[in-house]
Amino acid sequence: MQDAPRKPTADSLRFEANPGTRWSDLTQPATLDHRQTLICALQAVLPADCILEREEERRPYECDGLSSHTQLPMLVVLPRTEEQVRAVLTTCHALDVPVVARGAGTGLSGGAMPHASGVVLSLARLNGILKIDPEACTARVQPGVRNLAVSEAAAPFGLYYAPDPSSQIACSIGGNVAENSGGVHCLKYGLTVHNVLGIRGFTIMGELLELGGGALDSPGLDLLAVTIGSEGLLVVVTEATLKLVPKPELAQVVMASFDDTGKAGDAVAAIIAAGIIPAGLEMMDRKATVAVEPFVKAGYDLTAEAILLAESDGTPAEVAAEIADIERVLRASGATTIKVSQSEAERLRFWSGRKNAFPAAGRISPDYYCMDGTIPRKTLGRMLRAIGDMETRFGLRCMNVFHAGDGNLHPLILFDANAPGEMDRANEFGAEILELCVKLGGTITGEHGVGVEKINSMCVQFSTAERNAFFAVKSAFDETGLLNPGKAIPTLARCAEYGKLHVHQGQIPHPDLPRF
Amino acid sequence: MDTALHSMRERIVAAHHARTSLRIHGNRTKDFYGATIKGDPLDTRGHAGIVDYEPSELVLTARCGTSLEEIALTLAKHGQFLAFEPPAFSGNPTLGGIVAAGLSGPRRAQVGAVRDFVLGTRLLTAEGELLRFGGQVMKNVAGFDVSRLLCGSLGILGLISEVSIKVLPLPKQEVTLRLPMSATEALAAFNRWRGQPLPISAGSWFDGATTVRLSGAPAALAAAQVRIGGDPLADDDAATWWNSLRNQTHPFFGNRTSLWRLSVPATTPLMAIPGPLAAEWNGALRWHATELPAEEVRRLASAAGGTATQWRGAGEDGMFHPLSPTVLEIHRKLKERFDPRGIFNPGRLVTGL
Ligand SMILES: Cc1cc2nc3c(=O)[nH]c(=O)nc-3n(C[C@H](O)[C@H](O)[C@H](O)COP(=O)(O)OP(=O)(O)OC[C@H]3O[C@@H](n4cnc5c(N)ncnc54)[C@H](O)[C@@H]3O)c2cc1C
Repeated sequence: MQDAPRKPTADSLRFEANPGTRWSDLTQPATLDHRQTLICALQAVLPADCILEREEERRPYECDGLSSHTQLPMLVVLPRTEEQVRAVLTTCHALDVPVVARGAGTGLSGGAMPHASGVVLSLARLNGILKIDPEACTARVQPGVRNLAVSEAAAPFGLYYAPDPSSQIACSIGGNVAENSGGVHCLKYGLTVHNVLGIRGFTIMGELLELGGGALDSPGLDLLAVTIGSEGLLVVVTEATLKLVPKPELAQVVMASFDDTGKAGDAVAAIIAAGIIPAGLEMMDRKATVAVEPFVKAGYDLTAEAILLAESDGTPAEVAAEIADIERVLRASGATTIKVSQSEAERLRFWSGRKNAFPAAGRISPDYYCMDGTIPRKTLGRMLRAIGDMETRFGLRCMNVFHAGDGNLHPLILFDANAPGEMDRANEFGAEILELCVKLGGTITGEHGVGVEKINSMCVQFSTAERNAFFAVKSAFDETGLLNPGKAIPTLARCAEYGKLHVHQGQIPHPDLPRF
Repeated sequence: MDTALHSMRERIVAAHHARTSLRIHGNRTKDFYGATIKGDPLDTRGHAGIVDYEPSELVLTARCGTSLEEIALTLAKHGQFLAFEPPAFSGNPTLGGIVAAGLSGPRRAQVGAVRDFVLGTRLLTAEGELLRFGGQVMKNVAGFDVSRLLCGSLGILGLISEVSIKVLPLPKQEVTLRLPMSATEALAAFNRWRGQPLPISAGSWFDGATTVRLSGAPAALAAAQVRIGGDPLADDDAATWWNSLRNQTHPFFGNRTSLWRLSVPATTPLMAIPGPLAAEWNGALRWHATELPAEEVRRLASAAGGTATQWRGAGEDGMFHPLSPTVLEIHRKLKERFDPRGIFNPGRLVTGL
């Protein structure tokens, strides 16, 4: 691996076979000279109040929602217009400075974690809803708009934006696009990728990219699909066209208790097998319900080993019929009690615990570590038992909430960072869960992204040739590797290092996994 | 690696070394789609078969040469289907071809396109490596979404050898309604219906009549039928109708020397293009049989915020709407990285690539 060059050189912009290499060390500081040159150049294109230079101004940007990983950025910029965003990018590109785009900073994998010699490009001030088109059922918005604000603006037209991450009051559409975020309604209505019709944005070189738009099909390769979930590595999004869907007339949720988590897992598969696609299908284990109940008073059955929440939406007649079907399947699967929400207030109360599971974990434990693997639904029971064993082995508690319908798990590992060794044990615990996800035929991240957090686990899921293909995509959009370097795709050197650490007695973990 | 995959791999590696081009094909139902190209035929049909299918997981994994018929029959046994309704045209396409072409049928506006259902792929590269992207799970953001990038790639990045695809339960019930109206009235009706919670799963306008399909729970259909009006078609007639659009066996598509497929925002008013018109996807897909010069059709499509494909009768410039210079440059680089010697279907999707 070469060191980051301290000064831009003619050489530094040439194509690199692996654009992830050069800037992969996020802690590599820039020289004072270089910083000053950059500040002067940015002052020429941005108003003074758009540049944060002082340490106390930059400090709040040192991490995102993954607060265990911090790095003070060299500089923070807060442009107000698309033109200013472009100018920041061309300037940084010309001076060979890494750029990390940032939305609301709620990301949970360190995707927006700064680079010591780089600029944090906050899109927070580009927060306009440009157009709600009730006939086309679309919204054209700037990236800094909060997810929930879109649905609020669409509400007067009887429409809403379907992807609803639990962080929706805070997280931005730009961040949602970068992470392909999901929510409890994704089972029926899809993820961000299914609900974004087009984006407008800029490459690191400041070139305008318009992908997709108001029409359903576009010619050529589907570059829109590959930029969604690309964790800010390919393009800085400055506008998105979102699909809005008509609000259903009615939504009701069924809450079912189970005396065994395995049975609850099987019930999830049984609902799907019965041809029902609920609007939401979520599961919490007893550790999770016990943690949230004191705070939200949702009325959860605390004696149950697991509870399932299944939502139905549509016309009143449709909902009545579907709820009856769901109840029937749940009973047959061994549910011990079943409650159906009888009012909108009650529906929201049933959901409140699920939506507040993360903050609740924060209240019952000094620290918690949220995992985000996905597994085939049928392996849910197996995974839960394995997590139970790991709790004993690592000596840490773990509460489990799942987007069960999608097989997306959020085990919350509880620990105390001040207790010696606990943080390391939590990290190992998490890595082991992710390895098991891959082993069970799943993935290391369903919706939170790889960022810096899961970069080592990428070595487990992908072969060198596959990772090289990702670098090929990266370099097709960004040859310099300046856009959000050191994230998402590990370099060969990094995987070699990780491999060394994880070889036990000459054995790689899970030697039975197919490796090409 | 089975023998068929192994021999395809050998052909690819040999072509890569000799710098000769390959023309990948399955059942050849879409030979007309994209530029006509030269190259040694590489038949994918030997690598066939469903690898994994578990109805409660809503995922089917099959090799590229598996036919649509086999997949549809297998799914039907468990009351499931490919919701994006890929066209079969007059044959029995392979899964690899379906994904590579990226074409979707009448349900597109409601449920999404091929790319919305593809969860994972295996790609045989020019260097003979078998890469795996995505997987069999619904949510996956590990690495760039190369699987979706391959949807509609027309084979220019490599050979798609296996696909995991999301399937859905068949709708409990379907009703097709016909309402006589003009094209303008039809577009207005689509605009009115779109924003309402109606279970419309397909909407077309052909020959002075709007035909809409409702899919869902019986209770919801009854209520929607009252709101929309029109006359219900007999089940057989309805199936024939939607299949004739999906597979383009409807007489509108027959015997035309020039036919344009315009993908435009659904709310685009009637366009000033002379000649017969038909519409699908609730107004978002317009078929214009016109002799208007290509540049003019493309200009009008662009002005409306869409693009135009010259489905039949394409000239020198090819079928597809030109790409912007920045987007084209990214295409060029992707091709260069994935297929440095340009052996896979050269020129089929983009001239020169
Ligand atoms: C309590 C809590 C609950 C959560 N629940 C969910 C959930 O249910 N589902 C879910 O999917 N996620 C969830 N998240 C994770 C997080 O909210 C999402 O990933 C969200 O999309 C991040 O948005 P953001 O605006 O905060 O992005 P940031 O954290 O600021 O950035 C995230 C990534 O996006 C990139 N980025 C941001 N803006 C742009 C842009 N304009 N152009 C290009 N790249 C950009 C950044 O570089 C970074 O890589 C939760 C987080 C918290 C704290």
